Amino acid sequence: MLNLVQMVPLVVFIPAIGAIINLFWGAKLGVKGSGYVASGAAILTFIISVLLYSYLTANHGIAQVVDPLPFFDGWIRIDAVDFAVHIPWQFRVDSLTVVMLLVVTGVGSLIHIYSIGYISHDPKYGLFFAYLNMFLGFMLILVTSNNFLMMFVGWEGVGVMSFLLIGFWWDKKGEIGWQNGNAARKAMILNRIGDFGILMAIFLMFWTFGTVTYYDAGEVANTCFQLEGAGYTLPTECESEGHGEEASGEETEAASVEEGEAEHAETGSAAEEEHATGEEGEAEHGLVLSEEELDNSLFYPSQLGVFAQAERLLNLEDGEEIAWDADGNMRGRDVQLGTWTLDIKTVVTMIVLFLLLGAAGKSAQFPLLVWLPDAMAGPTPVSALMHAATMVTAGVYLLVRSNVLIDGAPEAQFIIAMVGAITALFGGIAAVGQWDIKRVLAFSTISQLGFMVAAIGVGGYVAAIFHLATHAVFKALLFLGSGSVIHGVEHGQHHVHEYGRGHDADDEHHDDEFDPQDMRNMGGLSRRMPVTYITYLMGMLALSGIPIFAGFWSKDEILAHAYERLSTGNTLESLGGIIVLATLLLAAGFTAFYMWRQMEMVFFGKARSKAASHAPESVGWMVIPLLILAIGSIFVGFINVPSGVGLSWLFPLHNFTNFLESSIPSITIEGAGGFIWLLAIVATGLAVGAIFLARSLYGHGKAIVAHDSDALGVDPLWNMGGMTRMLWSAASHRLYLDDLYHAVFLYPYERIGYFLAVVLDWRFFHDYFHNNVIHRGFNAIGTILKNPVDIGLIDGTVNGVGKLINWFSGRTRRIQTGFVRTYAIAILFGVVVVIILMVAPVFMNGS
Amino acid sequence: MTSVGIEAFVALSMILFIIGAMGVLLRRNAIIIFMSVELMLNATNLALAAFSRQWGNLDGQIFTFFIITVAAAEVAVGLALIVAIFRNKQSINVDDLHQMEG
Repeated sequence: MLNLVQMVPLVVFIPAIGAIINLFWGAKLGVKGSGYVASGAAILTFIISVLLYSYLTANHGIAQVVDPLPFFDGWIRIDAVDFAVHIPWQFRVDSLTVVMLLVVTGVGSLIHIYSIGYISHDPKYGLFFAYLNMFLGFMLILVTSNNFLMMFVGWEGVGVMSFLLIGFWWDKKGEIGWQNGNAARKAMILNRIGDFGILMAIFLMFWTFGTVTYYDAGEVANTCFQLEGAGYTLPTECESEGHGEEASGEETEAASVEEGEAEHAETGSAAEEEHATGEEGEAEHGLVLSEEELDNSLFYPSQLGVFAQAERLLNLEDGEEIAWDADGNMRGRDVQLGTWTLDIKTVVTMIVLFLLLGAAGKSAQFPLLVWLPDAMAGPTPVSALMHAATMVTAGVYLLVRSNVLIDGAPEAQFIIAMVGAITALFGGIAAVGQWDIKRVLAFSTISQLGFMVAAIGVGGYVAAIFHLATHAVFKALLFLGSGSVIHGVEHGQHHVHEYGRGHDADDEHHDDEFDPQDMRNMGGLSRRMPVTYITYLMGMLALSGIPIFAGFWSKDEILAHAYERLSTGNTLESLGGIIVLATLLLAAGFTAFYMWRQMEMVFFGKARSKAASHAPESVGWMVIPLLILAIGSIFVGFINVPSGVGLSWLFPLHNFTNFLESSIPSITIEGAGGFIWLLAIVATGLAVGAIFLARSLYGHGKAIVAHDSDALGVDPLWNMGGMTRMLWSAASHRLYLDDLYHAVFLYPYERIGYFLAVVLDWRFFHDYFHNNVIHRGFNAIGTILKNPVDIGLIDGTVNGVGKLINWFSGRTRRIQTGFVRTYAIAILFGVVVVIILMVAPVFMNGS
Repeated sequence: MTSVGIEAFVALSMILFIIGAMGVLLRRNAIIIFMSVELMLNATNLALAAFSRQWGNLDGQIFTFFIITVAAAEVAVGLALIVAIFRNKQSINVDDLHQMEG
């Protein structure tokens, strides 16, 4: 039987093949063909994700580790005598992965389809679709990996794709091209800071645990959940954990959940009996594993992945040691880091903080968030796909994946909560001061990512992933809607130029001055673009947290988690809870405010430019994804209906939490948070109040106030003067964070760069060092070599030998006189000598 | 018939040879040098013939014939050279022929 889970490598290979096709033959395929290939690849991955989801639900959410090919097993393998590094290229299919797969491929597919319409007028469409597919492949590597290093491959891959796509229009003429390139570089550089954190976390993990794997094959992440699901008696620690954080109030609902669980347990135990009769592997109810297989007791701790190892070490008493590996080595809490010996908790805290740094880079959290608004320089589908729905949520995914570590480091968790809360408020405030339609959404994304990180900071891992999923849907919708608006205004501008004044050579020039993304050039588009308007409204309501819409449920779950933290009795947790609660409520109010401000500026009132008054509705390719996402924005929140709202007859309660529990050990159903009416009413009241406030300020055609200081008009808040003007200016300057970075990092950097380049390199090295030291030194050495050495010594020797031979031969040649008699005498003497020599012995012997 | 002793032949041969050698060394006329060389060759022939008779061995006499033959060839070549030199130089004075000096 073909195991469905074995299909998981395809989610990486299919987009890779799509990218290769588009990279090499994209231009030949034409914009439609190219788009079909890319979208087809995305939709295929979505289908595979759905199949994986069905596999997982049929098997109690027992995670599977998939080795794609034996070749990949030795991705990184170093077998030395005293240590071994073995990091295989492994895929992991568990509920968290599948949720991310569904979000990425689902939203990704729609955005691919939308792009066919959006990019059709751009000559680089082949490259664009290739990049989109490559991004999809890398993102899926990121979420399907089974170890931190493979995750890091995807992490860097999406970073590169982000860089390439932000700077996609780097070749635009003049200043705009430069700005696009700079935005791409900014994203890359700030992400490098985050990547440093990820790398440090990976190094620390490897040093501490000897592995970077999440969970090894055969290992079970959430033992209690799986034991419960299979109907085994629960160990005591599971019981205590289960009842520790019971939600307030709703006894009846909780009971119904318990009942459902009990039923589940019965079927599980039936399957267990079957298993006991000797059947191995898959029974009728899917995978059935024995108790030993579920509680990881078949493994030595050293054979486990990072999280299980960390859990065991964190649970040890001071000085206690447990058997660690097959060689009988023992291990306690101490971790040796060079000359320091650190407690495991300190090390885990460090790891979590480094991971937070990485997440802050990728997910645009507080200190590193400045790149995301600039990233809007890319094409709008890119902003929707990467900088709103998927890539920027990678940091949230990473933190949720590391939930075991975060639970072991409460101080780090508090910092996570603070970072998230600050980011949420920061984004909310800054969004009020933006003119660019996409920048408003960018700051909104930052704010919502802050919500997710804050949720992790208060232990709401499921709430974070839930908000990630709903946010992916409605923020993608908003971005695609804004893309539709920008597209419409651009077309309106072309229309005005073509029919208003005819073809001029100056047209191009005028196009550059007109900014189709500036909301001051819009207005009244609800009549020109009705579908875009309706869908945008849905997305806006979902984002603002109006009841029934998706954002309401997920935002409320985050707030509920923060609220529950107040009653845990732990000072740090309570403090984190109250800060997060207060900040997020405020941020939620800002969310509704800036979103309605945007609605008023873009869709209501009168058209403020000729382009806006001629803007056409977008083509079907763009509108259909908008409609699908709008429907999603309304209904996707029902995947995790909390107990206590009286919807249990319609939707299963805590469905999403149930599903995720198998891969997130730190949560239980009881801790999932019931519905808190008071909180929901306060949050909704804030949102509605903010909308009415925004309507009174911006509505009735007062969205933009004419003023001498700006030809395009000013914001009513600015026009009020005084304190409000100051606050609005701060918001419009992004709360001066960019300026701060410019003053603290960029300016000194430029000064140092100037010093190094002009003073040190040019003046010192080139002018002084080159001229005086190198040039003169070379000349001096050259002179020495030339005069005494070459001319004196070498020439002298050679010429001397020549002269000697010349002199000698001059003397010896005089022997040859040329006179015959001289030779005759010489011969005579020779003969005489020869005769004497011959005759002499005769005489000597004779005498 | 009285026989003449070997000493007389050797003495005459020596005298002739010395006269020839002196002629080669002292005279400047190429023809005369040439004739002196002939004289030396014939002095040698005389000595060879005398010793041949003395020892009753015909080798010396045969050698004499060889020398006469070679001398005839030598005269032919030598005289041709002298004629060629005379044509070039209008002189057969050997002291004029010192182009080969070093």
